[in-house]
Amino acid sequence: MKMNEELKNTLLGPLSKNNPIAVQVLGICSALAVTVELKPALVMGISVTIIVALANVVISLIRNTIPNSVRIIVQLVVVAALVTIVSEFLKAFAFDVSVQLSVYIGLIITNCILMGRLEAFAMSNKPGAAFLDGLGNGFGYAMILVIVAFVRELFGSGSLLGFQIIPHSWYEAGYVNNGLMMMPSMAMILLACFIWVHRSLDKDLQEKG
Amino acid sequence: MENALSIFVRSIFVDNMIFAYFLGMCSYLAVSKNVKTSIGLGIAVTFVLLITLPVNYLLEVHVLRAGALSWLGDNFANLDLSYLSFILFIAVIAAIVQLVEMVVEKFSPSLYASLGIFLPLIAVNCAIMGGALFMQQRTGLEPTDPKALTSIVDVLAYALGSGFGWALAIVGLAAIREKLEYSDVPAPLRGLGITFITVGLMALAFLCFSGLKI
Repeated sequence: MKMNEELKNTLLGPLSKNNPIAVQVLGICSALAVTVELKPALVMGISVTIIVALANVVISLIRNTIPNSVRIIVQLVVVAALVTIVSEFLKAFAFDVSVQLSVYIGLIITNCILMGRLEAFAMSNKPGAAFLDGLGNGFGYAMILVIVAFVRELFGSGSLLGFQIIPHSWYEAGYVNNGLMMMPSMAMILLACFIWVHRSLDKDLQEKG
Repeated sequence: MENALSIFVRSIFVDNMIFAYFLGMCSYLAVSKNVKTSIGLGIAVTFVLLITLPVNYLLEVHVLRAGALSWLGDNFANLDLSYLSFILFIAVIAAIVQLVEMVVEKFSPSLYASLGIFLPLIAVNCAIMGGALFMQQRTGLEPTDPKALTSIVDVLAYALGSGFGWALAIVGLAAIREKLEYSDVPAPLRGLGITFITVGLMALAFLCFSGLKI
């Protein structure tokens, strides 16, 4: 029973209590840059989830054979290989999204979530648990991406996933899209608002100042 | 030369790595608590960018991109190795960072003491990898495009400008955060939250450079 409880925590902890973005402050770069629209944010979230989970498994499998002094390079190569596969896959099956994501797919390699989870979890745990940890962190990351992208696309261009949501009659009545939402700076302020709400609900996470 | 100057200025103010592309945010947020260390990290990032970008540029032009291997003979003229670019770029960056660390340690112990902790971190700094990937994207543009990097001089200007821009951003944020220590921030916003809002406002301020033309 205890074992199950632990595994459940590994999987669900990163969703809120131990969220990679809002609490561990990992992987901010890509989180902010791909959230102008919902679709690239979804694709990015899924890609990162797959890559973290698989990289965790691979590193966890070979964790006892990696010499300590070169472990960062080994981890980077494993991650780079996985990212290359995902990037080629996207180019083949979702070309327009891969153009939109441009360099940020490649930047998953240096995404701190990857290195952080590999170092902190996969190097010292069994493959099964590492897989769950990867999934959990990937979902936690994807969740924030989707929330920020939802707000930015809805208010920035009045659509969701490319479909017009704000009715035409509103625009005729004088409603205007908020151009500020498309700016990079709004991503940070929205994320700050998310952290604000999150930490008001969960007082344990507040920083002493 | 004129193009290189324009690339240099644009990459500091308009295409600023932090405010326009969010590159290197993790260390940016973690290390910007006081001005002195952030100057150290800023210099280290600029330094590593200046070394790795030209190397990666030569790799891209002479090995990786479609038809780049034609200097080996006609048999190789059709090869396109660009799918290897992620692995090669990151390997080059990791290797060079290690090398720089050893050289600095041997020849300038005082510089090593001040940069020491940051150098290994820089291998996984998105700013370095992002710089390499943007460089790859921009060398592929038409030469008439103002963003195109057409020669190694352009690449050096891009590396220097991006590094300066990054250093400017982190030193600015560190200076603001030092003052913020004394202000009364709502408890849930303390630390990370208020930092994000500060960065957002700084990014808004940098928006006014976006019309800049040289």
